[in-house]
Amino acid sequence: MTRTFRMDEAQPRLLDDTAQGVIGTPMDRPEGPLKVTGKAAYAADNLPEGLAHGALVRATITRGRIAGIDEDSIADLPGVIAVIRDDRFVRNPAQGMADEAPVQPGDRIDYHGQPIALVVGESYEAARDGALRLKVRYDEDAGAEVDPATASETEDGDPTESGDWDKAVAGATVSVDVTYTTPAQVSAAMEPHAAVAEWKADRLVLRGSQQMLRFNRNEIADSLGIDPEDVQILSPYIGGGFGSKLGIGSEAVSAAIAARELGRPVRVVMTRQTVFDAVLRRTETEQRVRFAADGEGRLLAIGHDDRISNLRDEEFAEPVSSASQFLYGADALLFRQTVARVHRTPAGSVRAPGEAVGMIAFESAMDELAEALEMCPVQLRLKNIPEKHPVTGQDFSARALAECLKTGADRFGWPGRTVPGSRREGDWMIGLGVASAARPNMLVKAAARVRLSAEGAVVETDMTDIGTGTYAIFAQIAAEMLGLPTGKVSVRLGDTDLPGASGSGGSFGASSSGSAVFLAARKIRETLAGKLGCSPEDLTLRDGIARGANHEAALSDLLDGELVEEAEIEEGKTAESHFSSGFGAHFAEVAVNAWTGEVRVRRMLGVFGIGRVLNEKTARSQAVGGMVWGVGSALHEDLVHDPRTGHVVTRDLANYHVAAHADIPADMQVEFLEERDDQANPMQSKGVGELGISGSGAAILNAIHNACGVRIRDLPATPDKLVAALEAATE
Amino acid sequence: MQTTLTVNGEERRLDHDVRTSLLDALRDHLGLTGTKKGCDHGQCGACTILLNGKRINACLTLAAMHEGDEVTTIEGLGTPEAMSPLQSAFVTCDGYQCGFCTAGQIMSATGMLAELKEGMPSHVSPSLSEGSEMTDPEVAERMSGNLCRCSAYPFIREAIAMASEDK
Ligand code: FES
Ligand code: FES
Repeated sequence: MTRTFRMDEAQPRLLDDTAQGVIGTPMDRPEGPLKVTGKAAYAADNLPEGLAHGALVRATITRGRIAGIDEDSIADLPGVIAVIRDDRFVRNPAQGMADEAPVQPGDRIDYHGQPIALVVGESYEAARDGALRLKVRYDEDAGAEVDPATASETEDGDPTESGDWDKAVAGATVSVDVTYTTPAQVSAAMEPHAAVAEWKADRLVLRGSQQMLRFNRNEIADSLGIDPEDVQILSPYIGGGFGSKLGIGSEAVSAAIAARELGRPVRVVMTRQTVFDAVLRRTETEQRVRFAADGEGRLLAIGHDDRISNLRDEEFAEPVSSASQFLYGADALLFRQTVARVHRTPAGSVRAPGEAVGMIAFESAMDELAEALEMCPVQLRLKNIPEKHPVTGQDFSARALAECLKTGADRFGWPGRTVPGSRREGDWMIGLGVASAARPNMLVKAAARVRLSAEGAVVETDMTDIGTGTYAIFAQIAAEMLGLPTGKVSVRLGDTDLPGASGSGGSFGASSSGSAVFLAARKIRETLAGKLGCSPEDLTLRDGIARGANHEAALSDLLDGELVEEAEIEEGKTAESHFSSGFGAHFAEVAVNAWTGEVRVRRMLGVFGIGRVLNEKTARSQAVGGMVWGVGSALHEDLVHDPRTGHVVTRDLANYHVAAHADIPADMQVEFLEERDDQANPMQSKGVGELGISGSGAAILNAIHNACGVRIRDLPATPDKLVAALEAATE
Repeated sequence: MQTTLTVNGEERRLDHDVRTSLLDALRDHLGLTGTKKGCDHGQCGACTILLNGKRINACLTLAAMHEGDEVTTIEGLGTPEAMSPLQSAFVTCDGYQCGFCTAGQIMSATGMLAELKEGMPSHVSPSLSEGSEMTDPEVAERMSGNLCRCSAYPFIREAIAMASEDK
């Protein structure tokens, strides 16, 4: 194995000097033609010979034990092959990067909807019918707590604090103390979780829909009690993840167990309802945000407390105040968290855990402070950008927050913003809103291999592309580094037999795993320089020609056979010395109907600093996708639980509204500022997938306030709430 | 039971369970897995196909009801080497990310453009009888049965506009 490269110091900006000119360009996705013609095969599209179909059975009690499963109840249903019930079944998906089996509860039931058995049939119809009819007996424990607001079992995290809170607050001219609530939400990736399991001799081949294969392999091996070497996971195409496919879940574990037991391949595809019941949700939150400021708008105190929930034995706790801890500075800081233990579908990572909901409250409260100060919200933000990380004291690496706010304000026409409730077009009240964007950037251990031959280059890694653009970006990195047209690079992803990458999550995938591709290609450049007889610094590679020190040669002449290099990267000293984060600014214009309370988003602009942009087109798509999620979290999304059982009531796409075409205007603009983050990784790039959602919901809420003077603090801002508030205002 | 129908111009005979949806018949029986299942309840549009030239959700109808019918799926529109104008516009405009809703979006857009041409009104059309222009609000309204959680909406509509200009 190769030595792991540690990011201990800033690296030369090699990608600014390479000659191919493809890095950063808005190149089309190379796998695009397969996707638009239906030829890209997702997990459930695999139909191996002899395939049997599995349907998951869910618990219909909230807490207790399975007393018995009456297999005879479906024994005479035609086409039913088996009822699979096994102590290795998992309670819920593994949390992101768990690297080990999730909770395996045996007979215990911890939430309504927990998958407890699998009915396997010759056909999908038979399995589905069997799963619905199967008789299960329970020993129910009465009185399971399901309400996070009243749960008796709570855990308080260690507070993060600095400065003298009381003194800072006492010296304030203006202060804000407000409470926001956000409902639970779900990822709702369009592809339901699916697995096709097949055993080849003693080796499991799992075609799954997974985001982080390096971890997922260990998770399923641990779940099944087998050696990770005996598992191969294939996920070349994934129909969206957003955190919901970070860890191995019930569909994969049950399919693997059933396939082993029956000696034939088994496919398990969750129904949409099961995806809602049994895949990790985003916690609901109650957040108290406090600001104290002097008369000029300088912040003296920043406080952000939250109460969230999760099921017992789940360590994940939504880091609600993540961005609140470094966006602005103040003399005193206080951040506290309480986790309530409830018997609901457990909580986990959903796109931008922390910022996605934390920034809604925090950045809306900033708007409230600006209003109280009678100050421009953009100016208030600009005024409070701290010099160093307010909690850790670290230097920031590249930070474009101020630039993004200023550029965005100019471009969006922000100076034209009028006082709340003063702009009207017929029945519609129009308003503008702003919010900052921030999402910390990480470098996660990742490996990749690059092969170069006269035919071109091949990139190989178990990294995934969940729609994020990995196929395109890796082709661009390799092409840029090796001086090849992108068409000469092929990218192989999503196979655990390839070098283990970071996986897709936390917006770190493209930069972390891409850096491994970059480093492997950099080694090949060194070899090529040696062959040509020049130093690596003098080497120029372009369109298959190597030049340097007055030599020139075609790559095909320099190579005898194939050059193969593998590289691995992990974070190093720069992660301690510097705090790296994507930053940005969101601007929104909304119209609020004076009579119906309907909110229409008219246009949005996001300006972001994400270091080097690797592919302008896919980065823009990611950013817009996040901004649309911001619209959803501000206006629509609301996972409702039955107050008696905790059961998810809004368990399909008709009852849980995700933004549709008609909700989203054509005018969704994105601008990336020219930036290099030298401390982040050797490519000077940062993540983008979650930055778009971080703060965008607040820009919408702030625009609503500017339109009609109403503050909605209990999300989502649905028409009923707006109508009630508008009526109350006129009384 | 048995049903014979024409799929992408070819006559296909199915031997299927009476409960088999047209979607499962296409995917699991005929191996035409380009059409996706996102909800099985008519809520997402991922399974959109053309039935006798009109767009429908294939998950909401049983295979048994389609003796003699003509079905077009995404595989019938074009191939990676020879994409339809809509298909290539989706690639150019990045009208997708994960690609899972994409077949449904493209089939739906194909059907939608024909409806628009025939003068079929929508909820946002200015008139019920006089047809309507292909404006962005019209397209957004008409495409709202096709969810895209990756939220490529603006780029999907850009692709639709681009392809319809090409024609
Ligand atoms: S699968 Fe048919 S509409 Fe969702
Ligand atoms: S491209 Fe992923 S759901 Fe539309």
